[in-house]
Amino acid sequence: MKEFIMNKKLKIVVLAKQVPDTRHVGKDAMTPEGTVNRAALPAIFNPEDMNALEQALRIKDKTQAEVILLTMGPGRAADIIREGLFRGADGGVLLTDRKFAGADTLATSYALSQAVKKINPDIILAGRQAIDGDTAQVGPQVAEKLNIPQVTYAEEILDIQEDKLTIKRRLERGIEVVSSPMPLLITVHATAAPCRPRHAKQVMKYKSARTASENAIPEASYFLPLEGNEHLKIAEWGVQEIGGDENGFGMAGSPTKVKKVENIVFQAKEAKKLTASDSDIDSLIVELISNHTIG
Amino acid sequence: MNNIIVFCETDNGKLCDVSLELLTKGRALAETLKCDLEALLIGHNVENLANELYSYGAKTVHLADDPQLEFFRTLPYAAITISLFKEEKPQIALFGATSVGRDLAPRVSSALHSGLTADCTSLEIGDHQDNKGNKWDNLLYQIRPAFGGNIIATIVNPEHRPQMATVREGVMRKEALATPVDGSIKRIDTSKVLMDTDFAVSIIERHIKEKKIDIKGAQIVVAGGYGVGSKENFKLIFDLAKVLGAEVGASRAAVDAGFTDHERQIGQTGVTVRPKLFISVGISGQIQHTAGMDQSSMIISINNDPNAPIHQIADYSIIGDLNEVLPKMIASYKKHSK
Repeated sequence: MKEFIMNKKLKIVVLAKQVPDTRHVGKDAMTPEGTVNRAALPAIFNPEDMNALEQALRIKDKTQAEVILLTMGPGRAADIIREGLFRGADGGVLLTDRKFAGADTLATSYALSQAVKKINPDIILAGRQAIDGDTAQVGPQVAEKLNIPQVTYAEEILDIQEDKLTIKRRLERGIEVVSSPMPLLITVHATAAPCRPRHAKQVMKYKSARTASENAIPEASYFLPLEGNEHLKIAEWGVQEIGGDENGFGMAGSPTKVKKVENIVFQAKEAKKLTASDSDIDSLIVELISNHTIG
Repeated sequence: MNNIIVFCETDNGKLCDVSLELLTKGRALAETLKCDLEALLIGHNVENLANELYSYGAKTVHLADDPQLEFFRTLPYAAITISLFKEEKPQIALFGATSVGRDLAPRVSSALHSGLTADCTSLEIGDHQDNKGNKWDNLLYQIRPAFGGNIIATIVNPEHRPQMATVREGVMRKEALATPVDGSIKRIDTSKVLMDTDFAVSIIERHIKEKKIDIKGAQIVVAGGYGVGSKENFKLIFDLAKVLGAEVGASRAAVDAGFTDHERQIGQTGVTVRPKLFISVGISGQIQHTAGMDQSSMIISINNDPNAPIHQIADYSIIGDLNEVLPKMIASYKKHSK
């Protein structure tokens, strides 16, 4: 375990994900063919990752820690890094590579853990789960790959001592207070404090922040040049930069495979009238079992 | 070897319902696969729970009993689970989708590089063929809603073992065997598995409330109204709820008539529920009641009055006598559920 020195500046990584806003699914969320119409759903900063960012910023308030956002996704995911910078983060890394495509939670965790190793933080914070999958797996899997302790369902970081953190966890029917040495990974629950809003000074400072790919488009010439403005550079890492086993990424590194996807068809609210006959009740039960309404 | 292992969670010295539900499902899967069902039990002074596990079909109870394991902590529980899975090589491992299971299972799956599907609503056995023409028999179909509940996905783990899944409490039904299996305990020598570093995280305080009736969190609610007629008849509501893994609710009229407790009251002066399935029995459907349940994803109304307003908001209306309909539903469910 890494030696922690009191006067050393803490480094915190916040794992964040850009997700389609599944909480506000409108009529056009599904295409006529029955596939998900991603274009109709706004891409947002995953809500619990925002709670995690706030916990990181509170540690920064107390200890002058450095807060770095790490996200994996397509080029447009740089938006959430800018959002984090506007709210008080100090830097960001976008993990993007065709080789990451088709990753399940395990392959995602592998890529994230490789990037985290490169940053070498004292604390890793993440939302408990992302609203597009609700799996809550990536946090614990990254912790395992880094061989460090994990504290899940955190509601508040109560105290930060020389070499350990005291954390309040929110469980189904109560709370638990635990202490853990650093480095550690913490996943933050939705009941934690909401994230502070954007800060005007930060917005002014970082509004031209961009990745090298974004800088390559012609319109980028309107912004401040990246040369000589180091703080505006959003790092863009791929397999090359983070290293590791190429077969651990993307589809190849994913043990789970999607066999089938069915859409939930929203039927018009018109009651089907049934009688108490054996056949009516039998066919209702069979229908409920086959569409997974009852297990 | 290559059996099914269910991670069994305890709460205050008792087995959690979700673990018993998983054992019930695991038993059916084991029967299909012609393998054994086993349980993993970690805690302190929990050996006496083995008998209950036998009555749910666990042939072997892998027991890790140690004062340091009284409360769940990720690292020691994960070390024991990982070591057991490496030794026993189960083909399937099931965990409750609780704050414990959702913390432990991903850690274990990462260490073993085995796939894990969260919050499954259905588990089945079936074959699989990938687009390269490779074929597998008897895989675990892990079926779950995704994308905010707008799609249902079937996930398989063709090449990695164990095939791991978590399931929420109340999603599957629990049913003990009439005759317990002749099972035995297999002790895990924790001193060989655990290291000092596994106890890096310490618990300073715990404040956990007793389990109460949780109608709000239930995926399925069966609610009875004044039309149920009597407290004796209301037992039928509980019977149906039990086989479906549902929670029982009631209208105010049924509570006022003393058919059941006030805690179960749904509506303006009770709780509001939004379950996946709401089965309304003998409830007329006054607005004061429907305000607390009309956001349910699916509503089935059972009422012998064809003009009862409840039928207007229902997806399925059964016009009939509940004393006839409910036993038929229970029998039909038992016949068709896997």
